[in-house]
Amino acid sequence: MSEKLLEIVDERLSFFTPAGEVKALNGVSFSMEEGEVLGIVGESGSGKSVTAYSIMGLTAYPGRLIGGTIRFNGHQVDQMSEKEFRKMRGNEVSIIFQDPMTSLNPVYTIGNQIEEVIRLHTDKSKTEARARAKELLELVGINEPEKRLRQYPHELSGGMRQRVMIAIALACEPKLLIADEPTTALDVTIQAQILELMQELRQKMGMSIIMITHDLGVVASMCERIAVMYAGHIVEYGTTDEIFYHPSHEYTKGLIGSIPKLTTEESERLVPIEGQPVDLLNPPAGCPFAPRCRSCMKICLKKMPPKTRLSDTHYSYCWLRQKEAAEGGHEA
Amino acid sequence: MGKYIVKRIAMGILSVFIVATLTFFLMNLVPGGPFVAEKSISKAAQEALEAKFGLDKPLLQRYTTYMTDFLHGDMGFSLRQRGRTVSDIIFSKFPVSARLAGIAVVVALCVGIPLGCISAYNRGKLADNFIIVLGTCGIAIPSFISSVLLLYTFGSWLKILPTMGLNDAVSYIMPVTALAIYPTAYITRLMRSSLLDVMGQDYIRTAKAKGLSSFMILFKHALRNALLPVIAYVGPMLASLMTGSFVVEKIFTIPGLGREFVSSITNRDYTMIMGTTIILAALVIAANVIVDILYKIIDPRIKLK
Repeated sequence: MSEKLLEIVDERLSFFTPAGEVKALNGVSFSMEEGEVLGIVGESGSGKSVTAYSIMGLTAYPGRLIGGTIRFNGHQVDQMSEKEFRKMRGNEVSIIFQDPMTSLNPVYTIGNQIEEVIRLHTDKSKTEARARAKELLELVGINEPEKRLRQYPHELSGGMRQRVMIAIALACEPKLLIADEPTTALDVTIQAQILELMQELRQKMGMSIIMITHDLGVVASMCERIAVMYAGHIVEYGTTDEIFYHPSHEYTKGLIGSIPKLTTEESERLVPIEGQPVDLLNPPAGCPFAPRCRSCMKICLKKMPPKTRLSDTHYSYCWLRQKEAAEGGHEA
Repeated sequence: MGKYIVKRIAMGILSVFIVATLTFFLMNLVPGGPFVAEKSISKAAQEALEAKFGLDKPLLQRYTTYMTDFLHGDMGFSLRQRGRTVSDIIFSKFPVSARLAGIAVVVALCVGIPLGCISAYNRGKLADNFIIVLGTCGIAIPSFISSVLLLYTFGSWLKILPTMGLNDAVSYIMPVTALAIYPTAYITRLMRSSLLDVMGQDYIRTAKAKGLSSFMILFKHALRNALLPVIAYVGPMLASLMTGSFVVEKIFTIPGLGREFVSSITNRDYTMIMGTTIILAALVIAANVIVDILYKIIDPRIKLK
């Protein structure tokens, strides 16, 4: 078994807003091995991005880590100083953001912005950095790299800009690449190209990827493992097959059930998950999904369900599974 | 770029022409005349004076005469400052005002930009609140109050700065301060809000995710973007300061252009009014062209058409 690249245990993170403490993460735990591709899915505000940003120390003000430990590549991330974070960011772990249209600085050339990160983390000279930048642009499939290096972001299309963002992220060959909804702002054909590119690069460079998305299609095609998040909890975790073919949490079932199928008749309605997302200012005492759950029981409203192991790689937090396990003799 | 500049200059000339025309007719609509107020002179003498300066001719004819002369580089004699041409007066006084304004703007930029940055970086903290209060005062206090306060404190009470004229470097301190207070305060506020806006942009997050230090993020990625509104403000402000401040020049007894503006109007010194207005219009237009070019240099997205 390979070394754990990332291990998060019971991470708690809150945003201290004037309206009160918004509990964004409520005990998130998971780990990743080197070279693994993990998908984190969930609706807006479920804590997907917050989890990923906290690995890089990019938690936005007024957010603060209030508990738990994060270990990444030998670093105790939860106790790192800003200076240590700076050495790690862009070097050992990098990130691709959702909107490539606004993620590049409009007043500098593409070349400048790629070379910047290379020169920051390596001893390369200006000419070496330029050569590396050109190589990176070729790697991410941008034609005429020499010309592109001299161009400004506004002269490139959205898909091209996202390729540039990927080039910046991969410039120092990071161990972990965080992709925060990398295809959401792109149109469908470009989406497919970017995903293909990421898969290809992963095979070439062997880095781990955390893919944050609410698009189940994306995780199905890219990821080996999936963490389903809801209201700052990982409610279910498993391999892609386990999540898609044996969803165990009611929320996961709802998510999968709401995907339109090719066989769906035109007149048929899509199946939504009823109700409203949880108010994280006042999270419920029990299972956060209980108020929207179709199979909600009394206990669900009162107590957070414990972890139910369904296989070596698959677990979920749901009282129903807990009950079945007790009745069926699964290990609890 | 070259084509753009030529086009802008042509448009500028047209604008100056329109301003000159409007001013010419408007000032003649105002009752009174350059020689009316002088009670001591006889009606005959008054008429003789008017005839000498061509004021007895019909308005349209005077307009064409003025414009023709102006195109030949002749702005005429001042009607009230006997024996001096308008260009004489403007070219002797404009450099004084322009130098004063230039120094004041440099001071305003050198103080306002860092203060705005400090304020934005310490948003909501003591330093920020202090700078905001200071900035509000700077904008709210009119120059005649600040000038008098300066004059009283440093000139009359502490007696460390000269109170009038511009004879040596030290004598620049007070008038420059008085002129710079408002633009400094304005630039501080502009810089603060603009930097706060830029710091919230996605590309700043990208810069942070690359591992850049806050110093690099501020000076390389944020400042250049945040400076745009400041530049847009400084151009026209420089133009209006260069044509002089009536209040500051009066209080500190500075022989600048600002006083000529006001006195030419109260005196109905028609040729002076035309001269000063045209200078101001030309400066404002030139400043705007320069701002546009600077914009293009700073932000490559801007297309100059």
